[in-house]
Amino acid sequence: MIAEFGHFVLILALTCAVLQSTLPLWGAHTGHAGMMRVAEPAALMQFLLIGLSFAALTHTFMVSDFSLKVVWANSHSAKPMIYKISGVWGNHEGSMLLWVLILALFGGCVAAFGGNLPQDLRARVIAVQGMIGVAFLLFILGTSNPFERLNPAPLEGRGLNPILQDPALAIHPPLLYTGYVGLSIAFAFAVAALISGKVDAAWARWVRPWTLAAWMFLTAGIVMGSWWAYYELGWGGWWFWDPVENASFMPWLIATALLHSAIVVERRGALKIWTLLLSVLAFSLSLLGTFLVRSGVLTSVHAFATDPQRGVFILLILCVFIGGALALFALRAPTLKAGGLFAPISRETALVLNNLFLTVSAVAVLTGTLYPLLLEALTGDKISVGPPYFNLTFGIIVLPLLVLVPFGPFLSWKRADVYGASQRLMWAAILALIAACIAWYAMRGGPVLAAFGIGIGVWLVGGAISELAWRSKLTSGDLALSWARFRGLPRSAFGTALAHAGVGIMMLGIVGVTAWKQEIVLVMNPGDSREIAGMTVTFKGEAPRRGPNYRDIVGTFEMRQEGSTETEILETSKRVYIPSQQPTSEVAIRTFLSGDLYLVMGDKVKEGRTVRIYFNPLIPWIWIGAVFMFFGAVVSLSDRRYRVGAPKRARARIAEA
Amino acid sequence: MAMTRKQRRSSLIVTALVILGAAVGLVLFALEDTIVFFYTPSEVAEKNIGPGQRFRLGGLVAEGSVIRGQGTTIAFSVTDTDKTLAVNFEGILPDLFREGQGVVAEGKLNASGTFVADTVLAKHDENYMPKEVADALKKKGVWKEGQESQ
Repeated sequence: MIAEFGHFVLILALTCAVLQSTLPLWGAHTGHAGMMRVAEPAALMQFLLIGLSFAALTHTFMVSDFSLKVVWANSHSAKPMIYKISGVWGNHEGSMLLWVLILALFGGCVAAFGGNLPQDLRARVIAVQGMIGVAFLLFILGTSNPFERLNPAPLEGRGLNPILQDPALAIHPPLLYTGYVGLSIAFAFAVAALISGKVDAAWARWVRPWTLAAWMFLTAGIVMGSWWAYYELGWGGWWFWDPVENASFMPWLIATALLHSAIVVERRGALKIWTLLLSVLAFSLSLLGTFLVRSGVLTSVHAFATDPQRGVFILLILCVFIGGALALFALRAPTLKAGGLFAPISRETALVLNNLFLTVSAVAVLTGTLYPLLLEALTGDKISVGPPYFNLTFGIIVLPLLVLVPFGPFLSWKRADVYGASQRLMWAAILALIAACIAWYAMRGGPVLAAFGIGIGVWLVGGAISELAWRSKLTSGDLALSWARFRGLPRSAFGTALAHAGVGIMMLGIVGVTAWKQEIVLVMNPGDSREIAGMTVTFKGEAPRRGPNYRDIVGTFEMRQEGSTETEILETSKRVYIPSQQPTSEVAIRTFLSGDLYLVMGDKVKEGRTVRIYFNPLIPWIWIGAVFMFFGAVVSLSDRRYRVGAPKRARARIAEA
Repeated sequence: MAMTRKQRRSSLIVTALVILGAAVGLVLFALEDTIVFFYTPSEVAEKNIGPGQRFRLGGLVAEGSVIRGQGTTIAFSVTDTDKTLAVNFEGILPDLFREGQGVVAEGKLNASGTFVADTVLAKHDENYMPKEVADALKKKGVWKEGQESQ
């Protein structure tokens, strides 16, 4: 019954979304307030209905109702409860339901907290959200119904793919989807602005926090996926330039550009048209990502099932929304008034360069991702475009951007003084140079580019610190005054500094693990030792062990640091999941600030047990950098400017003056 | 010295075009240089691929062909049921490597015509075969429906 209820409320949600996407739009067009007022209750109701439907599906997973096809195919009664729940989105149907749930959540948020938006803008934004909802609800109901029954009901399920039974992966999809789908708000705002023809500072002030929130979740989701791949797949790598990774990375690049260009619209009224285009493109790439991942044109752990009908449907949604928005853009963009003037050297130009490099890098990633599909469609040749392509193109395009980043916050609007900015960055530059020299000296024989990369990482961190120091006038010598100024800095300044420093810290990690990774593959017997990166790793032996739904062969290793008598025990295992008989490897990782010791067991051979030992220098810094970026966004979001009602008060002040 | 709006705009556009042009050049160069073709054993024979050229080899691991050598060296054959190619690999195989299952290996042919792989790609899941392999087998007409469950 509960499943039928879930199906029924999902159909109700569709009718609700249809109302939401038509009446308010018509009302805004004709100036009919009553029809515009339909927007908020419809959006909230749609969220409530999809929420109920999602709850119903979650319930069927929790009680292991194998009469449902998705539950049977993706769950098992012996699975721990957390993975029964995460199993809801560990499959195609359920993950699409999560997708629309988050879409409706964002629409509901605009309805609930958008009280200070002009009524026609709010009505249009919510209507556009409603249209996306209609498309995806039709997709779910038509091609991917999660509530499909099986008759007769099987006694036991087939189990979730074991490598997906993992805490990081339980939360990776919700985070990533919140980021992906959050960009729909920027899209809806852009389309609404294109319809009304009004783009002003208030518009940008509204778009930016939504984009920032989406960006924050997207960052967290991508990094969570990368971290999972690092410790679960057992290859010691953290980023593979897999098309599915690219699918989430491209919207991230464009969203990052959008974050920066929206500042220019908000402060200076310039770059309006460009910002609208970025808003459309960011969500278009989210849709493209959904298509690539869900249609089965790519194979990966994410391609749950390949069904051409679904692919065609999503492709259709893609064409309607991207095509429609771009057509509207082409029609309306020329009528928008151009904004403020700025000199070739100014904060505006710096942000334009930021946007250029980010967009171009996204184009390079897009080309590498789609080229194999295109070539196969045209010539039938099968090729793979792998890490060498992406490292070369993306690396070269992004390096100048990273060199320029610290200058940005030092440049003033309209007309800036490069010489002054360079002087203020002198300490950061000196530190970066020293760090690069140390790296080059310490890693004799290492690549020169790696020393350069370390220098850039330190340059970014030093630049962020210099900016805060400069803004609080630390060089004045009056510490009390500086402290007072430091405390009085706007939250967004701390947000910027944290995020930029985070990029630098991540850069250090990336360079470290890419340039100086150590890897040993060998056959070991109990008692054998091997040295790596100043540590001695000794194989103690192996023994079987049982888990709730798997059997392990646990290998025990002892790790001792050079010059120390203390030892530590590390365990890694070869695991076989009982329902599916699928084998996996569980790695052992010991994290130091200087890097990770990473152990994996391979097959048993006649001479002993094959073992792979890695030392991944500085890799934890990648995750630390991501945490900085995430908190940079959190701090920035808490800035007074973006509090609910802030634009209204600002307008009131202007009216008073 | 002050530039007009038009001049400012055109200098911006020129900068943008220069960066974009450089990037396009870079992308084309990189595509030329870094892409790797995918072949089945039959295609390797047909196309007369010489030693030293990097490519991806896909097919099924031939039944009974896996021979473990000294330490972590391993030899096996990849077949598309028509032609078969011998592969050498040193390292740890993915968890889901099995005889009779689909596999993708990346590497080069050596002088004696054996494929020396430096990477053997893992499947993530029991339930699917690498897409290239599935397509290649379909083309050969040896694809069995239901092989790809779900």
